[in-house]
Amino acid sequence: MANMTLSKNGSSDIVSLGRIESEAKSPWRIALRRYLKHRMAVFGTLLMALVLLFVLIGPLFFTEDYANKTKILDKFKPPSVEHPLGTDQVGRDVLARVIYGGQISIAIAVVSVVISIIVGTLVGLLAGYFGGWVDGILMRLVEALLAIPALFLLLMLSNSLSRSTATVNILGRELSVTVVVIVLIIGLTSWMALSRIVRALVLSLKEQEFVVAAQSVGARDGLIIRAHILPNVIAPVIVSATLGVGAAIITEAYLSFLGFGVLPPTATWGNILTRAQDQLDKVWWMWMAPGFFIVITVLAINFIGDGLRDAFDPRSTK
Amino acid sequence: MGRYLIRRILQSIPLLILITVLVFVLLKTAGDPLAYLAGDPKVSAEDKARLRRSLGLDDSLPLQFVHWVIGDTWYERDLDLDGEPETFGKRLGIVRGDFGNSIRYNRPVTDVIGEFLPNTLLLGMTSFVVTLVFGLLVGIYAALRQYTWMDNVITTISFITFSFPIFLIALLSVLLFSILFKQWGLPFLPVQGMYEVRGEKTLIEVARHMILPVFSITAINVAGYSRFIRASMLEVINSDYVRTAKAKGLSSRRIVYLHAFKNASLPLITLIGLNFPFILSGAVVTETIFAWPGMGRLFIDSLNFLDSPVLIISVMLTAIAVVVCQLLTDVAYAWVDPRIRYS
Repeated sequence: MANMTLSKNGSSDIVSLGRIESEAKSPWRIALRRYLKHRMAVFGTLLMALVLLFVLIGPLFFTEDYANKTKILDKFKPPSVEHPLGTDQVGRDVLARVIYGGQISIAIAVVSVVISIIVGTLVGLLAGYFGGWVDGILMRLVEALLAIPALFLLLMLSNSLSRSTATVNILGRELSVTVVVIVLIIGLTSWMALSRIVRALVLSLKEQEFVVAAQSVGARDGLIIRAHILPNVIAPVIVSATLGVGAAIITEAYLSFLGFGVLPPTATWGNILTRAQDQLDKVWWMWMAPGFFIVITVLAINFIGDGLRDAFDPRSTK
Repeated sequence: MGRYLIRRILQSIPLLILITVLVFVLLKTAGDPLAYLAGDPKVSAEDKARLRRSLGLDDSLPLQFVHWVIGDTWYERDLDLDGEPETFGKRLGIVRGDFGNSIRYNRPVTDVIGEFLPNTLLLGMTSFVVTLVFGLLVGIYAALRQYTWMDNVITTISFITFSFPIFLIALLSVLLFSILFKQWGLPFLPVQGMYEVRGEKTLIEVARHMILPVFSITAINVAGYSRFIRASMLEVINSDYVRTAKAKGLSSRRIVYLHAFKNASLPLITLIGLNFPFILSGAVVTETIFAWPGMGRLFIDSLNFLDSPVLIISVMLTAIAVVVCQLLTDVAYAWVDPRIRYS
């Protein structure tokens, strides 16, 4: 709504009533303002930015070959000037591995979350909008998959699919093929919760007037879904995706720690820790460094996700 | 109420069948259970082929599923490799109570699981009760003191704890309470297994060995539960009817909080109902770190050996428990909240 002033062509004789607080705020800007007021969320964002800086700038100081270079004579050396975070069980520099491992861990988490939100949103939309037998079949499948403990499911899939030591070339880097497999596995086992949330939301949206109006005018289903339902579903998807990245980092850490995740020489935060178990006090650098990074990254992500959730929630009173 | 119950039970049956098929397919495609014999020079190729035949591993997948369900006493196999089937199978199938033999231990699956399950139940139940007690205490405490610095401290600690992977908490607690305490001459806590290897098998020993694993499991869960409880308590405390009750001068704060808590506990019941059955799957990572002989450990060991009969039954056990608990939770919820019954 603009200020009411004399219109240019003079045909209106509405006098200006003074400046009215006017600027139209899109829901995104409202959400952004509320997000910035959330102290923990801002802190989380800064923390996450620092972590990303660390994993992205780090490669300028170490090459990946250095991170994977084994030197058995140097094994289990404590932190020194040459190896600021010490060495692991085959003499590789831990700091370099934490940096490259961070890239892999975060990349795995992000890509698998992208997969899971695509599948989850699709399933939720289809089930919620079309209802009937589509809904029945999809929801039975979701329930069946949810009944199997996630870790069991992940371990079984990983055991079947990711035992090879082959490497694959992605974006110019040599990565173990288990990275791709783990991304797919985590992505395909974490979409179920989101699909239920999306479905519930779609069900309630379907009854709203603007959808009914669009249907009565004869708009095609695809158009209704794209233009009316999808934009209203995006907010919880974003929140779920953000928190999902944190959960995916932890899941990958569990799998790699148990030996069912990414296999060396490709480093991830989880598999650096694997060998530290037997000599906890003697090789504290090997597990404290990746452990520290896992915790602060997931913490930052949880803060961000909490902030987003409060920012998007119209009923939140803070 | 009865009709709702019957409806839910009928809905659960196809679900269980679907889970059975899914799990079976997943595990059968996991690999060859006889791979561990590959390097054994005493086992000849014919022996291996015969073993495969007798275990039914040569049959097609749908046929294996059928055998698994109703047994193969009616099915002839060629076990002396003369090209003609002549030996009937010995399995009765799960509908007749035969859950198969563990390929690795060469004992009935029920025996093997019966050995490991009670240990997991012990660990799981204890963790569950401790989590609930502390989660309630911390959650309600934080809700009653919203926005005070104590609430902020609790919230921050909860967030941080929740961001730890469980093995990190386990390793840290092992480092502190076992290794460092021992080095500093303080009484230290044991780390491996349920009993000392050459010690007596008393309850006290088990309890001592249980402290660290239970601590690792409950730390993260308490952080999660307390936040949930706090949120739902706050929602109820700030709601209109509680405000009305206070405005009407409902004297004792305790009465109001009793009302508040009764309503806040409904979502909590749902949460508990949904999380409870996963106790059976055992805390896989914790059991691995602390060498606790439970279902989680059994699962990983069986996975490494591709001992599919044990694997299938372990997963099925948990899945059935989940479906049953979901059913019970839904029924309990519908019983308490009449609006759900009539939808």
